[in-house]
Amino acid sequence: MVCTLIVLAFIFLVLFDIAWKGYGVLSWEFLFSIPRKGMTEGGIYPALAGTVLVTMITALFSIPVGVFTAIYLNEYATDNFLTKALRASIRNLAGVPSIIYGLFGVALFVEGAGLGSSVISSGLTLGLMTLPYIITSTEEALRSVPHSYREGALALGATKWEAIQTTVLPSAVPGITTGAILGLSRAAGETAPILFTGVTFYLRFPPDSLNTEFMALPYHLYILSTQHHAIEQVQPLAYGTALVLILLVVILNVIAFFIRYRFNKLKNSRS
Amino acid sequence: MTEAKIQVKDLHLHFGDKHVLKGINLDIPKNSIVALIGPSGCGKSTLLRSMNRMHDMSPNVKIEGDILLDGESIYGKEADVVNVRRKVGMVFQRPNPFPKSIFNNVAYGLQINGMMKNGQVKNAVTEALKDCYLWDELGDNLNRSALDMSGGQQQRLCIARTIAIRPDVILMDEPCSALDPISTAKIEELILKLKEKYTIIIVTHNMQQAMRVSDYTGFMYLGELVEFDKTEKVFKTPERDLTKRYVDGVFG
Repeated sequence: MVCTLIVLAFIFLVLFDIAWKGYGVLSWEFLFSIPRKGMTEGGIYPALAGTVLVTMITALFSIPVGVFTAIYLNEYATDNFLTKALRASIRNLAGVPSIIYGLFGVALFVEGAGLGSSVISSGLTLGLMTLPYIITSTEEALRSVPHSYREGALALGATKWEAIQTTVLPSAVPGITTGAILGLSRAAGETAPILFTGVTFYLRFPPDSLNTEFMALPYHLYILSTQHHAIEQVQPLAYGTALVLILLVVILNVIAFFIRYRFNKLKNSRS
Repeated sequence: MTEAKIQVKDLHLHFGDKHVLKGINLDIPKNSIVALIGPSGCGKSTLLRSMNRMHDMSPNVKIEGDILLDGESIYGKEADVVNVRRKVGMVFQRPNPFPKSIFNNVAYGLQINGMMKNGQVKNAVTEALKDCYLWDELGDNLNRSALDMSGGQQQRLCIARTIAIRPDVILMDEPCSALDPISTAKIEELILKLKEKYTIIIVTHNMQQAMRVSDYTGFMYLGELVEFDKTEKVFKTPERDLTKRYVDGVFG
């Protein structure tokens, strides 16, 4: 109990500090204008746009691949040694430090596939990092669909894939969505995986294609708070950036919470 | 006996190391109601589920022997499992409507099998609901979630869903065990009516129910079919002593 209070106290202290100091600079102009005068003035538009775009690439890659992998593992794969080993590796992948993903992304996408330092390389690297999370949460969602739905569909002459498509997946969608959003919100705040694969410290424009380098909120924050030549001067901007990043993650988490909440309410009212 | 709809030929079924069905031979007459009775774990549900290949999904089930539907093997190389299940429908122990609307539950089998155009689906759904005495109870509100219905209604919806695709045979696995007496009576009435069009095989723990609804009864014990005959004969003058002791309630 005391420990919980201590943890909560620290979380609120950090949030409060950031909100307090960041609130002053927060405005539409801050969000949608470019950094000026050596980043001592202006806004964070390129970084915000970069983070949103990269997160979208991450979603487009990791959600389909992750969901289909989970469907295979949960519905088709027989429960043998190979499947167990595969599941264990996926779970372990979730614990790999994000900088390792960053270096792996350099080798695989930037150099290997010749995609260069770019939005697409970073998006795919973050996608790899998010995959284990999405696979695990999708598997959980699929497992919670009653077996009787599958049997009912099969007994009516549905093929296995039809049964999955028409009865299992629709019931699992809320769980899958929640997991995906939480995974993506984590990816949006990561710095290490994008560090070598595409992020850059200063651009005057938001990314206009998938092959260019980009700015991102977490990296921008790192620059402003440790690497800038006039750290004192840009401190308010750094707090503002931190606040925007936290708000982005909080909003995603709240959306996930509401999806789960609505789903649970529906389920309870009907059983 | 009239012509056999389903013939079980020397069926053995292993569940891992367990020998669950030990050489079952059984002819199910067309348009009759057959009850399978016996103590828990005797293999009656297992036998029922092998008639529409529901064991296909379980990885460690081994089946020997064969089951013929209209004289054709359902386990042979030529057999198409989807086709078998279209002809041999199944109603489960616990009502398991899909979390969809009432209409979509009944239309599901028609749509998944691409059986008719949209205009016809509506008529077929209406007819299936009327056949199961649900039409008047529900009125015209078929967009409600099936999960909001009572347990008895849900089970009749599952029967409606099954007969909507016009199978030849309906398998029922203790369909009333989760229901109250009034819902049970309604289901039994429905079963008797459906006999005109379908061959029905019902697994039941309730011997009164077997007597009330069935034409033939099979008594199973420890994976073997001990006795199979007209229901009246099985209950009043059984051939085997074991059957007599079971129907008299000496063990069970």
